[in-house]
Amino acid sequence: MFRILKKRRLAYGTHDFWVEAPEVAQHAQPGQFVVVRIHQYGERIPLTIADSADDAIRLVVKAVGKTTYELCSLKEGDELADVVGPLGHPSEMGKFGHVMMVGGGVGIAAIYPIAKKLKDHGNRVTVILGGRTAEQVIMRDEFRFADRILITTDDGSLGIKGVVTDAMKKVLEEDTVDVAWAIGPTIMMKFCALLAKEYALKIWTSLNPIMVDGTGMCGACRVTVGGEIKFACVDGPEFDGRLVDWDELLKRLTIYQKEEKEALEKYLKKVGEPSWL
Amino acid sequence: MAVKIQPNKTPMKEQEPEVRIKNFNEVALGYTEEEAVKEAERCLQCRVPMCVKGCPVQIDIPAFIREIRNRNFEKAAEIIKRYNNLPAICGRVCPQENQCEATCVVGKMKDHEPVAIGRLERFVADWEAENVGLKLPKLPDKRPQKVAVIGAGPGGITCAADLAKMGYEVTIFEAFHEPGGVLIYGIPEFRLPKKIVKREMDYIRALGVNIVTDVVVGRSITMQEILDEYDAVYIGIGAGAPKFMGIPGTNLIGVFSASEILTRVNLMRAYDFPNYDTPVKKGSKVMVVGAGNVAMDAARTALRLGAKEVTIVYRRSEKEMPARIEEYHHALEEGIKFKWLTQPVRYIGDENGKLVAVECIKMELGEPDASGRRRPIPIEGSNFIMEVDMAIEAIGQGPQKILLQNFPELKLNKWGYIEVDPETCATNIPGVYAGGDIVTGAATVIEAMGAGKRAAKAIHEYLSSKVIGHKT
Ligand SMILES: Cc1cc2nc3c(=O)[nH]c(=O)nc-3n(C[C@H](O)[C@H](O)[C@H](O)COP(=O)(O)OP(=O)(O)OC[C@H]3O[C@@H](n4cnc5c(N)ncnc54)[C@H](O)[C@@H]3O)c2cc1C
Ligand SMILES: Cc1cc2nc3c(=O)[nH]c(=O)nc-3n(C[C@H](O)[C@H](O)[C@H](O)COP(=O)(O)OP(=O)(O)OC[C@H]3O[C@@H](n4cnc5c(N)ncnc54)[C@H](O)[C@@H]3O)c2cc1C
Ligand code: SF4
Ligand code: FES
Repeated sequence: MFRILKKRRLAYGTHDFWVEAPEVAQHAQPGQFVVVRIHQYGERIPLTIADSADDAIRLVVKAVGKTTYELCSLKEGDELADVVGPLGHPSEMGKFGHVMMVGGGVGIAAIYPIAKKLKDHGNRVTVILGGRTAEQVIMRDEFRFADRILITTDDGSLGIKGVVTDAMKKVLEEDTVDVAWAIGPTIMMKFCALLAKEYALKIWTSLNPIMVDGTGMCGACRVTVGGEIKFACVDGPEFDGRLVDWDELLKRLTIYQKEEKEALEKYLKKVGEPSWL
Repeated sequence: MAVKIQPNKTPMKEQEPEVRIKNFNEVALGYTEEEAVKEAERCLQCRVPMCVKGCPVQIDIPAFIREIRNRNFEKAAEIIKRYNNLPAICGRVCPQENQCEATCVVGKMKDHEPVAIGRLERFVADWEAENVGLKLPKLPDKRPQKVAVIGAGPGGITCAADLAKMGYEVTIFEAFHEPGGVLIYGIPEFRLPKKIVKREMDYIRALGVNIVTDVVVGRSITMQEILDEYDAVYIGIGAGAPKFMGIPGTNLIGVFSASEILTRVNLMRAYDFPNYDTPVKKGSKVMVVGAGNVAMDAARTALRLGAKEVTIVYRRSEKEMPARIEEYHHALEEGIKFKWLTQPVRYIGDENGKLVAVECIKMELGEPDASGRRRPIPIEGSNFIMEVDMAIEAIGQGPQKILLQNFPELKLNKWGYIEVDPETCATNIPGVYAGGDIVTGAATVIEAMGAGKRAAKAIHEYLSSKVIGHKT
């Protein structure tokens, strides 16, 4: 069993966990993820490793459906049935020069360890963080190591009023960028990739298809990259966003929409108002 | 012995097809004691038992059948267990028609079916579980050496059990949250109830084997760390990575690998959604591609999930079909349709990316290919459309790469499987052994078990010689 050591709320519906998982913690590298199953009736869901220290890993979870709602309801001291990982290839590391790190929503947590390590490698790091509102721009104090931080909000409550691609454009017009990362909602990553293509910029995106095992044994996570079928869990999760078939991925994310709705409704009927979110 | 032999096998009770297609309970219900004794009496007790030659682990078949005849069921179980750690499983899933029953002398007689060796094996194992319970052998003194087994499939658990019985400290590392390999995540409940697999896992644990789940070797722990900590290693990671034909439209919504459907249903219990959280798509008109055990299991699973019509398409003919014959018969009884000599060439989707039809082409058989089977050749211009809302590919699996990428020193063969000495299962790295599907490619439970047994013996010899080496 994997114990929740620390937990706090970062924003409405987004919670920050430190979970005891010694093997994972000792081997985790930026860009990798775990598969979590809350209890014996639970689904296996993938979550990015946002950080690791000693015997614990950090997970930042946004409540979007049954499993993530329930996960966010757990408390310090509670245990998760399964945490498997670290899975997927680590992010490509090295000294590239100027790197642009774009995080949207809960994707900010996924960008964090990669940006930190890139900084350690001696890169100049520009960070762009986006959210719908100021509250949703999570973890922004933790990016102090960055050379430059730009913030965007849909409602203009913080930083630039607009979306992350607006900030990307600004940086790309003012400066040369050697390589970029963009992690967030699929639709955001799609537009970041389209923009990067215009500037002939390599942009790593972390794909989030539906997964089951996370170890290459089912093919649920298949995506098309550069015209080829890839299994995101073992061939990725990061791919050059310019080569990804985004529309196919967006469609594939809807496969279980009906069942997801049913599961969440049934759960909320059982537990009542999700006041903990 | 001039007794007259019943020409047919004693029938085994089964759930009626119209009932069983609505549930996931086991189809075949097993023999009673009377039925088992009756079937045992069909055995000639050959002095040169051909059946044993057909058995991959050479169980002394006439000996255990003799004990059934004498109603010494416990003794019968003891005999089988000398050769086979998992008889309740093998009795249910072995392709007996290609093994012991293929060579059985009775089956060679005109108009006679062979002795139902598989059913008898199953009977004995179930009888023992019900009437005797868990019986641990006397374990020898602990030996100082530690062995790591990677993968808790039939091969890994057999190897672990044999080594534990010799006194070694054994740890199994398993990637999934439940041990059992294909027995848990692949073969459906209606063929192999999971409680039987769990019973075997309890036995392995009772032998002192430490089963650690949620560990993906190559990621959660590296091969180097394992080599540093353990005196020997057995790799039994199976061949679970699904292959796709790669035809246009493969990523449409509604196209799945059999592995995904079966994993959702078996490992994650998606047939009981939403009591279990994992969903599975229920097709209405379903096509399954391939005609092996995996295809049969996927087709019959789709039917039980509520499909109106399930059709298996196979590019060769009925004769080349690799599935276990009993599963084929069960599938036919359940109303699964078969389209032989047919190959999908393109998936067709609607504007939402959902599968609506599959374009297929008809095939004919040409000259024999490398596998000795006649090669299927497309018939030009014979294309036709089948309307389906779900397509499940069951065309084979390959090696899962995570461990192999983490251990590049390991020698592989040209198909990407681990190369071993077939006698000992030794790889090119001293102290590292491998067996089962990761060596042979997708094969059978009994072959994986056989490899686990041979490897355990070889590991014991290797570790014994090392100890002596240390002392001198
Ligand atoms: C490699 C990887 C890393 C991820 N890392 C994180 C993370 O660090 N933090 C986090 O909060 N989430 C992360 N996700 C997404 C997370 O796995 C899903 O949100 C989760 O599985 C939803 O489960 P649920 O039962 O709560 O919701 P469901 O009921 O399954 O889904 C509810 C809604 O979420 C959408 N959804 C379902 N699965 C996914 C998915 N995999 N990605 C995006 N949307 C999805 C559905 O389309 C639906 O609209 C990651 C996904 C992947 C593949
Ligand atoms: C649907 C289906 C039906 C079948 N039906 C039959 C049948 O009726 N009769 C028959 O004889 N055979 C059948 N087979 C074939 C049979 O199941 C296999 O040949 C047999 O299970 C192989 O055993 P194994 O020990 O090599 O590995 P597996 O059973 O494949 O087990 C390997 C285990 O290793 C784990 N693993 C993989 N990688 C790692 C890693 N890096 N770290 C840790 N663990 C890892 C896997 O999770 C898995 O649990 C069927 C197969 C399938 C898929
Ligand atoms: S070959 Fe058939 S008849 Fe002869 S011993 Fe074996 S099971 Fe009995
Ligand atoms: S999640 Fe199963 S293959 Fe990627």
